[in-house]
Amino acid sequence: MIRRLIPLFALLLLAGLAPVLLPTFHVTLLNYIGLYSLVALGLVLLTGIGGMTSFGQAAFVGIGAYASAVLTTQYGLSPWLGLLAGLAITLVVATSLGLLTLRLAGHYLPIGTLAWGLALFYLFGNLPGLGGFGGLQNLPNISLFGWQVRDPADFSLLIGLLLAISLWLLDNLLHSRQGRAIRTLKDSAGMAEAMGIDTARSRLQVFIIAALLAALSGWLYAHLQRVVNPTPFSVVMGIEYLFMIVLGGVASLWGALLGAALLTLIKQVLQDVLPQLFGHADNVEMIFFGVLVILVLQYARGGLLPLLSGLFPRAQPRPLPEHPAHALPRRTMPANGQPLMVAEGLLKQFGGLVANKDMGLTVNGAEITALIGPNGAGKSTLFNLLSGVLAPNAGQIVFLGQRIDGLSPRAIARLGVSRTFQHVRLLPDMSVLENVALGAHARGEAGLLRSMLHLEREEEAALLAEARRQIERVGLGAALHTPAGSLPLGQQRIVEIARALCSDPLLLLLDEPAAGLRHAEKQALAHLLEQLRSEGLGVLLVEHDMEFVMGLADQIVVMEFGQRLAGGTPLQIQQNPAVLAAYLGGVE
Amino acid sequence: MSRLLDVRNLTISHGKVEAVRQLNLSLEEGQIVSLIGPNGAGKTTLMAALIGLLPAQGQVSYAGQPLLAHHDVAQRIDKGMALVPESRELFGLMSVEDNLRLGAFSRHRRGFRDHQKTLDEVFGLFPRMYERRSQPACTLSGGERQMLAIGRALMAKPRLLMLDEPSLGLAPRVIGEIFTIFETLRQSGVSILLVEQNARAALKISDYGYVLEVGEIVLEGSAQALANNPQVAEIYLGRPPTRAAMEVTSATGT
Amino acid sequence: MDISILAFLAQDGLTTGAIYALVALALVLVFSVTRTILVCQGDFVTYSALTLATLQLGLMPGTLWLLLGCSLAACTLDSIAALRRGQSRRVPGLLARYLGLPTVLWVVLDTFELAGLPAVLQILLTLALVTPLGPLLYRLVYQRVAETSVLLLLIVSVAVHITLVGISLLMFGAEGVRTDALAEAVFMLGELPVGLQSLLVIASALLLIGLLYAFFGHSLYGKALRATALNRKGAQLVGIPTQLAGKAAFGLAALIGAISGVLIGPLTTLYYDSGFLISLKGFVAAIFGGLASYPIAAASAFFVGVLESFANFGASAYKEVIVFTLVIPVLLWLSLKHPHLEEQH
Repeated sequence: MIRRLIPLFALLLLAGLAPVLLPTFHVTLLNYIGLYSLVALGLVLLTGIGGMTSFGQAAFVGIGAYASAVLTTQYGLSPWLGLLAGLAITLVVATSLGLLTLRLAGHYLPIGTLAWGLALFYLFGNLPGLGGFGGLQNLPNISLFGWQVRDPADFSLLIGLLLAISLWLLDNLLHSRQGRAIRTLKDSAGMAEAMGIDTARSRLQVFIIAALLAALSGWLYAHLQRVVNPTPFSVVMGIEYLFMIVLGGVASLWGALLGAALLTLIKQVLQDVLPQLFGHADNVEMIFFGVLVILVLQYARGGLLPLLSGLFPRAQPRPLPEHPAHALPRRTMPANGQPLMVAEGLLKQFGGLVANKDMGLTVNGAEITALIGPNGAGKSTLFNLLSGVLAPNAGQIVFLGQRIDGLSPRAIARLGVSRTFQHVRLLPDMSVLENVALGAHARGEAGLLRSMLHLEREEEAALLAEARRQIERVGLGAALHTPAGSLPLGQQRIVEIARALCSDPLLLLLDEPAAGLRHAEKQALAHLLEQLRSEGLGVLLVEHDMEFVMGLADQIVVMEFGQRLAGGTPLQIQQNPAVLAAYLGGVE
Repeated sequence: MSRLLDVRNLTISHGKVEAVRQLNLSLEEGQIVSLIGPNGAGKTTLMAALIGLLPAQGQVSYAGQPLLAHHDVAQRIDKGMALVPESRELFGLMSVEDNLRLGAFSRHRRGFRDHQKTLDEVFGLFPRMYERRSQPACTLSGGERQMLAIGRALMAKPRLLMLDEPSLGLAPRVIGEIFTIFETLRQSGVSILLVEQNARAALKISDYGYVLEVGEIVLEGSAQALANNPQVAEIYLGRPPTRAAMEVTSATGT
Repeated sequence: MDISILAFLAQDGLTTGAIYALVALALVLVFSVTRTILVCQGDFVTYSALTLATLQLGLMPGTLWLLLGCSLAACTLDSIAALRRGQSRRVPGLLARYLGLPTVLWVVLDTFELAGLPAVLQILLTLALVTPLGPLLYRLVYQRVAETSVLLLLIVSVAVHITLVGISLLMFGAEGVRTDALAEAVFMLGELPVGLQSLLVIASALLLIGLLYAFFGHSLYGKALRATALNRKGAQLVGIPTQLAGKAAFGLAALIGAISGVLIGPLTTLYYDSGFLISLKGFVAAIFGGLASYPIAAASAFFVGVLESFANFGASAYKEVIVFTLVIPVLLWLSLKHPHLEEQH
């Protein structure tokens, strides 16, 4: 814990000492870097970690600045009320914009942000009461318990403090249950939903946090400058914020600070040098930044921070408590051998193609059911129907007496059905422990605020302990803190099983769990599945390794042409001539 | 007979996982060679690497010339290779005829203007494509899509036609039709590398066969010898269950 | 508002709408083939208008030096790649291919009295100077990142735009310019004055749209571009090189942009940085069509043009606010139409 705080104290120390050691001009420069960093921090969370992006952050900065400017200059209210108003307006604007655009894929959001970024910019310039393009002057100082924040030195402390607090809050967030959910947003939203995570909600939360940080920066900016006009809140500035994190490093909080510093300092140097060469600096410096960003994206996609990170000690994972205070609640298993999931008459069509036709199967508790069939027989489609990724055109699926066809994957997951994927879907940069803990997401309830303040210690410890228990159970205890992406593919499949187990499921859907495993690993997996069966779990697996299936399964269902071809025990299936023909083929 | 395709020590990796390891394979001009084996054996990966969609280590020579890493898909197609992939990859919203005409893009770019004749030949081979020539490709049935994919590849007048699971999801009667067409093609001088799950149908028309399992060739031989080899059935369906498993089966009362 | 004002506004709106339509079509084209949102499409428009204006003043346009620089850089990259493969024989061909056109243009621009050239030649020179920038940009900037995410491509595009605006200021200065009118006549349609230049713009835009339609519907190369947009892997498998498709799409976009610049130049004062707003309004239209439909994009562009024209008259201070706020309901509609989150790769 303490090691995590060291850089924050170093930051505070810098903010305190800088005015003593540096000339005022440099302190002012540092203050600007701090202000930009606040905005960039939000953008790192949004873009680098959440996979969304915004060119409109400058507009939120503007809302923060104008709200306080209007309230303090025209109504004589305290800057603190201005801050509250700015944050409140931002909350409302960001929530409504987020609800409108965040559900859209990839590129619409940034385009949308460009559009409203521009619209807000013109509003700042034209709304009556905002002083037009000339702006509002003579903003009052911020005062805190009698301390007048007036000089660059005062601001250095205040900005340093707020920046350190923001970093602390965001770092807590990223290492929490909510943070793990946020980290799935970039390219694993489908997997996250299957783990019971509400990704739409997470998206909105991230978007709002980023907007609020921008508004905070705007409030500080307004009272530092004591003048507010539309120019610093234009889309061009919004683009510069994005450039900062691209240069610094999109995926890490400290990358935001590095990027803000780089951009501000390089700009300062260019503004000294360029006028001598070209007579003017505006826009010409932008050629430099444009080319720099293109080169960084072509040759160092992670930004410059990863190049420097070798210089610093790696952050240690939080230690895991040996015995968590309380264990997570468990579901009660239904009686052995009782049907868990019953599917009947399933039909699924894609355009003219019939992928599943009158398909049905039953999975019992405390049994392993295998689904086999040649390539293209419709097994994956059936799997997607059972897990809610696809809705059937006809037929029904019942899980423990409840109709689940047409329910979302998230709803089905929360009922106690957990799955793995044919193409492994882990977050490669996250540790095995964090990946597996994603499975337990629905068993925790700590919200955003508690996570940011790290008040969910007990619950978090219980979640991580559960994750560790499942990892040790599948035999990967030595790899707890290894990035999941560096494991061999076979072991990544096992990590997926641990993740699925972490949700305390009643029914486990495994898509080709043995693919890519070596012989000994397959035996270990078979042993694990037998153990799960003896605990009362139902297992449905799609698998091509027949030796594995025949030795393990209680029931086998064979599919061909989207239909059920045969069903029975392994021996019955192996002696079935229709199955042999389906696999080895026959020509009429 | 001259050697058209010669693959030596080919290794293909997906990230850290080797999907195909140290594979050797060859094909004489005018032959049909089958590559059979269960799912996940690496057959599709191998085909993708041969046409240049995936990078690979090892030596591949085609028509006596080495194929190098910088020979991209377009260049390999210019040289007379063609792939009908497992996923078909048709242009769904375009008409059947446009799909076929685009098959001749490579030849068009190199200045050939004999597409109409080739198109007529393809329509002759697949009369159903002629009936549906103005329909969008996405409205075709599974078997028709496969015909269109093969027809599109033929429009490039390939010397080596690589087919990945042409029987996938097709009814046995249609499979028979399509395999008859492969024999016709061979007679007109096209060499074929056939990846199939439907081992019996594939071996029936092949000259030679390889059995691939988990990225490695485990058996090879004349097609007839492979067809009669009991090991092949075992590779597909596994050995009979061990006693322990049978006890479990009977214990749970099923 | 009387009928003549109404007619004037409509005419004005349709004229700018025609330009937005061309921009929107280019955006849809480039996006569907390369997944790139070409933020700098509007910059092609301003580059073209400002280049033409410079030629009309009898000066050497800076565009030539930009073209030469980009060609040299691309030529160097390709030559290095060829040498690394041991194909030194390809280098002379590369030199000729990349440096041939810029050299010829240099000689022509240096030889002739530019201001005295017939307007047609000035326009052709302008198109020849601006259009090659498209494929060159693809080669220099996008080819290396072609397989990355839409999001990263968009950030690259914004960086390209920012760079081009900076270069634009260096080349053309901060002064706004108008090019000489191609047709100055105004004739009366009943009671209403109709500017020939406006008619020319609208007619040319419609003609260009028709030509594009014919190109995509009836030529094998046009179909190949469409095929690449529909299915990249399928396109590769029939021998369409992905890079060729990318360069062709960028080339077409730059050509459409250059023609738009020639058309709009006499009607609006353009500054070095006017391209951004032009791009964005093209976007608004392209988004109406989900970045996929050419006809909806073109029709919406005319709508945006007319809306802007009326907003300019009714509430000129809020003109941009009105146009850009329009995107929000469209996005809402799109999100209701596609309610499911897509997995992004």
